[in-house]
Amino acid sequence: MAAGDTVSIELGHFALILAFAIAAISTVGGYVYWRSGQRIALVLSQGAVLQFVLVAVAFAALIQAFVTSDFSLLLAVNNSHSLKPLLFKISGVWGNHEGSLVLWIFILVSFGAMVAAFGRRLPDDLLSLVLATQSMLTAAFTGFTLFTSNPFERVFPAPLQGNDLNPVLQDVGLAIHPPLLYAGYVGFSICFSFAIAALISGRIDQAWARWVRPWAMLSWIFLTMGIAMGSYWAYYELGWGGWWFWDPVENASFMPWLAGTALLHSALVMEKRNALKIWTIFLSIITFSLSLLGTFLVRSGILTSVHTFASDPTRGMVILALLALVIGGAFALFAFRASSLRQGGLFAPVSREGALILNNLFLATAVGAVLVGTLYPLLLDALTGTTISVGAPFFNLTFGALMAPLLLVLPFGPLLAWKRADVVGAAQRLIGAAALAIFATILISALGGVSISLAPLGLLLGFWVAFGAIAELVERSKLGRIPLGESMRRLFGLPRTTWSTALAHFGMGVTVLGIVATTAWETELVTTLNPGETAELSGYTIAFDDFQQVPGPNYLSDEGRFTVTAPGGSTREMMADRRTYVASGMPTTEAAIETYGFSQLYLQLGEPLDNTHVVRIWHKPYITLIWLGAILMALAGMISLTDRKHRVGAPQRARKTVASPAE
Amino acid sequence: MIMPAAIRKKGWSRKQKRLATISALGVVLALATTLVLVALRDQIVFFYSPSDVIARQVEAGTPIRLGGLVKDGSWTRDGQENHFIVTDNANDIVASYTGILPDLFREGQGVVAEGSMGPDGSFIASNVLAKHDENYIPKEVVDALKASGEWRPETP
Repeated sequence: MAAGDTVSIELGHFALILAFAIAAISTVGGYVYWRSGQRIALVLSQGAVLQFVLVAVAFAALIQAFVTSDFSLLLAVNNSHSLKPLLFKISGVWGNHEGSLVLWIFILVSFGAMVAAFGRRLPDDLLSLVLATQSMLTAAFTGFTLFTSNPFERVFPAPLQGNDLNPVLQDVGLAIHPPLLYAGYVGFSICFSFAIAALISGRIDQAWARWVRPWAMLSWIFLTMGIAMGSYWAYYELGWGGWWFWDPVENASFMPWLAGTALLHSALVMEKRNALKIWTIFLSIITFSLSLLGTFLVRSGILTSVHTFASDPTRGMVILALLALVIGGAFALFAFRASSLRQGGLFAPVSREGALILNNLFLATAVGAVLVGTLYPLLLDALTGTTISVGAPFFNLTFGALMAPLLLVLPFGPLLAWKRADVVGAAQRLIGAAALAIFATILISALGGVSISLAPLGLLLGFWVAFGAIAELVERSKLGRIPLGESMRRLFGLPRTTWSTALAHFGMGVTVLGIVATTAWETELVTTLNPGETAELSGYTIAFDDFQQVPGPNYLSDEGRFTVTAPGGSTREMMADRRTYVASGMPTTEAAIETYGFSQLYLQLGEPLDNTHVVRIWHKPYITLIWLGAILMALAGMISLTDRKHRVGAPQRARKTVASPAE
Repeated sequence: MIMPAAIRKKGWSRKQKRLATISALGVVLALATTLVLVALRDQIVFFYSPSDVIARQVEAGTPIRLGGLVKDGSWTRDGQENHFIVTDNANDIVASYTGILPDLFREGQGVVAEGSMGPDGSFIASNVLAKHDENYIPKEVVDALKASGEWRPETP
């Protein structure tokens, strides 16, 4: 242990304390002097950048301690091992409660610094209030980290070796999933801060929505990717072949996504038509509140989940108090100030606005249903002492029933005009999409055989949403009605937001198709195999070639080699293994997954018994569409961000509309 | 509500629009509430310890979650057929599961299994829940053990 490392740990600790102090001062200063114009805005911007630099130093110090295996740091002792591959040494920093808090705060201050950097064009009072609120969040969570979960605690004398990271977490998934998910959660803090700033200053207009939308979009992209990535990680790592369990942790990440999706749509109405202002403010607050719930509810230990790895019930009460303070404070402010905001923008029920309200209505109700399902066991336990679990059947029924009508009306939305629209006209333009959807569903049902009675309806809905999304592009490019070259020119001349809407809705349809197909046509086989024997499933022949022990960097691996012959005759090799980690003695199962087109073959090896092995094989048709759809949705969000109108930093026109009331 | 033709021609009045929005809201909320209540009545799964199962005489076929400790020396395997005893140290329930048990399934460790009681009074598990952590005992199991007075935190 070189002396330099020791210094850097203290330096990191000191930087985090300093960040806490600056955040606390920025909060008080910002809320007291927000009317003081450019000077306070400038000071707070510098404060935000400083917080970012200091937390970055603290975070870097932790990473350095893990990478150099400095076991004088308690956190590294508990979660690292000198033999661990470099990537897992780094990701191990946030594979625990304390470190993940630092990551959370690091992303929080990164967003704060981004607002400071891109927010020059915001009115000074709004910028000051946003940065003050952002600093308040930083102060609250940095304080919580320092006082209850200090990641910089030392041990003396330093042990020679660490206890290693939980083997399940030694996966690229840990390197990608939490940062993405946290960026999504924390990004919504900007919307929250903007909402608080609007409530305090009373400044809420179309320009506000224009500033908030890119931030909401950015966070939504991260959250979409984070959830999809988490789902895929659980799918291949937990070895149950499931991709979504309606587990409290998953619900906790899904609720902000639903609320954030609603927010994106309602902010659109506010930006274009100056309506739904109070609702949009409410959604901004609720989305971040749900994000906080997502990060910390499971952490508090009052709910248990299969995915929790960093829970610490002893800090539960502090966490709950902190949540109650932030969320309760925001809603108290909302209750006091919301009535003073004026509503504007009239429209007929059948209009783009009307459709977007319907979208919000269903999404918000779905959030409510998921929230009830997640918290009901807690409530019942507290009130009656009965322990129950609310599982997949509850969510499939309620959530499914709420999503079906939403998906049914979804293709109409983009085809309706603002203010007042012609529903018959929209329906006429969707006839082609409807016909295609029905045709595709009948074709697939006839070819694939139907095992679940609801499957064709689900397919129909998926195709309807996907084709309906393309209908707008076809319509606006006048495809088939004018020469092809001309209509291609029109197609690529369409605004990026149009493309983005179509792609996002298309992605939704793709995900629905994946869910329906894999649920309806999945096949499974559990069998015992000896090396040399073969099994068959859905036309695939799986031959168990051999079984051997292979040492890995910090584990021993029992590897089974399989040769799979696809129905087409091509053969591929699959490796499924069971690992035993040296430091902890903990076993893990690594499933083998082969992708055929959009479908996957999933193979899991059980513990050997007298040289025979239990092998579990799934064929999951079109399962990759689930995640592919999510990637398309995230991509659509990125396209929308590149549109001139929504580029971070308000356009010229927006500045004028804001500048006038300020004077 | 029947609207006079004169109003319809001019479009909906502000009051009517508000009424339309609120009634749409009401319909969806009523639908959602009904759904949630029905689902909560029919789709929830009760968590029982072996003592609960015996005391409540859980009917065969009703989906439940059974939680307790895997009794030492009770786990036998024949191919993909697993048999083990779930105990809360007061009462035992014989359980069976077909398939691959989670990595952290061990004798003496906590377990939560989904499934239902068979006609012979043994438990047929359709799913055995795994945890990421080897020291983990499900909270429900801890509570159940505490209730039966058998909770010994130093021997997980």
